[in-house]
Amino acid sequence: MTGPVSAQSWHYRQLNAKAPGLSYLSDALIELVDEGYPVVAGTADLSYSNGLVRFAKAHPERFIQFGISEQNMVSAAAGLATTGMIPYVASFASFLALLTCEQIRTDVAYSALPVRLIGHHAGIALGFYGTSHHATEDLAIMRSIADLAVVAPADGVQLAAAIKATVTHPQPIYFRIGRGQEPIVYPVDAEFELGKAVVHREGDELTLIVCGTMLHPAVAAVDALRASGRSVGLIDMPTIKPIDRDAILAAARRAPLVVTVEEHNTIGGLGGAVAEVLADAGVPARLVRHGIDDEYSLIAPPTHLYRHYRLDAPGIEAVAREALS
Amino acid sequence: MTSSTLDVPAQELTDAQVARLSERALFVRLETLRLIEIAKVGHYASAFSAAEIFATLYYDTMRLRRGEPKWADRDRFLMGKGHAAVGLYPILADWGFFSKELLDGYTRLGNPLGDHPDVRHVPGIDFSSGSIGHALSGGLGMALGARFQHRDFNVYVMLGDGEMQEGQVWEAALCAAHHRARNLIAIVDRNGFQLDGRVDDTMGIEPLGAKWRAFNWEVHEVDGHDVRALASLLRKVRADAARQGPVCIIAHTVKGKGVSYMESEPGWHLGYLAPEDQALAIAELRAKK
Repeated sequence: MTGPVSAQSWHYRQLNAKAPGLSYLSDALIELVDEGYPVVAGTADLSYSNGLVRFAKAHPERFIQFGISEQNMVSAAAGLATTGMIPYVASFASFLALLTCEQIRTDVAYSALPVRLIGHHAGIALGFYGTSHHATEDLAIMRSIADLAVVAPADGVQLAAAIKATVTHPQPIYFRIGRGQEPIVYPVDAEFELGKAVVHREGDELTLIVCGTMLHPAVAAVDALRASGRSVGLIDMPTIKPIDRDAILAAARRAPLVVTVEEHNTIGGLGGAVAEVLADAGVPARLVRHGIDDEYSLIAPPTHLYRHYRLDAPGIEAVAREALS
Repeated sequence: MTSSTLDVPAQELTDAQVARLSERALFVRLETLRLIEIAKVGHYASAFSAAEIFATLYYDTMRLRRGEPKWADRDRFLMGKGHAAVGLYPILADWGFFSKELLDGYTRLGNPLGDHPDVRHVPGIDFSSGSIGHALSGGLGMALGARFQHRDFNVYVMLGDGEMQEGQVWEAALCAAHHRARNLIAIVDRNGFQLDGRVDDTMGIEPLGAKWRAFNWEVHEVDGHDVRALASLLRKVRADAARQGPVCIIAHTVKGKGVSYMESEPGWHLGYLAPEDQALAIAELRAKK
């Protein structure tokens, strides 16, 4: 046999066809190189998972394959940055944020180097690959590292906009992204400003504050709630750090009921950040932090997990209705 | 290819024993196909390269007790290349460590069997993996623990050849030799491929045997699909009472072994065969037996 006969059969090198969102990262970096920025991209044996194989084909001279050596890759990225390069290094969020945490803290952030860390397949996007491949702690860990910005784009369009808008940012950034199969929410000309929320809807009863992959189901949940007569707002918080305090406080003053939704532990991530803002300002509001409730996720195909943990549109709608009742 | 430097009596297998191990390797491959059909995606080629290693360890080499996954004197098995677990679960069920019905719900919500081994939920799994590079250290700890506990079990750690790129592997290698962990046996599944392509194109690891020797390990090389040679070697390693330190067996294998197009396309590290292709693969595997 020379190969499979069914069009339904597929292998890893054909992943991009199943996950079209993988193209956005590479295309943004290709554009930056073409514009003259000293961008270099690296991966640790995951170039098909993060789509950087596309960048490697376009700009092989700017691509570094590190093999399965994530800690080596991150420290090397720090070294590259000291020479004036802008390195974008990518791995599963679980490995980048947890395995290379100390390299990120000491070599990258403490050294104040403009390294860009791309943690992909974050949250529970790797479904039945299990706890080793889940990252429900990365926002909490990365958020506590001084001088490190934390960005969780909702889709490929916002990721590309965020990468291009921050290319000259003098400090390091951790980008938390999904698996490239997320539906696109934003129009192609959507803009990104570091530290700024995107207010989709304003509400007088409740405001949902969400980030990353949760925006798409949250849009549907808010549409359903509003269609049934509830005045529900929706804020996308693509920058987890520095967080947009003004947007949070304005929403809480308008409606003293806030629900955060994140594909992350309810401790220390978006919900934690919003809680800190509300408490620091002394703004009286009830906060419901929705996510993975300080437990290890079960394993299953991702869509089954999102349903189980009420991180799909009906689940988010139900959580909001419970908060309203 | 088998090293014959071990100064212990020959430990030959009978033809019936060899046939049995070959049948068990086919069982691993057929079950891998069946389980990945349930999941709709999986690591075919990684499990196929290791099928004879799994079969030999679990049906000839290791000291185990049926239905007793927590028996304190059992030999331990850890897999750094945890993504081949789909090939191991059917063996663990066959040993009575958990119900065979669990296999039918592989990767489904509420089932403990996922793409990577999970020590918290799967009886018979001795160490979780999925993050490449941890297993040799975990195995080292178990090997040293046996010494503290005055037990004589062996610890077998299967490593991927791409895994050789992780720094922690070499920290463990240095430490195991220093502490003379003679009951620690690493088996490198040298199938030549990793996710991004050929190991030697992605991040070269040769000369591999010389590296392990330089770290003061006893090194043997063997055809990892030759169950007679592999089992005989592992019997000799167990019988060698004079050895002072850890052993590394470099098992030369073929990624995707058994399904012809998987042997030449590295993309089959991960993928999905639709039912008609699964049927063709089963036919090819049975014809080769």
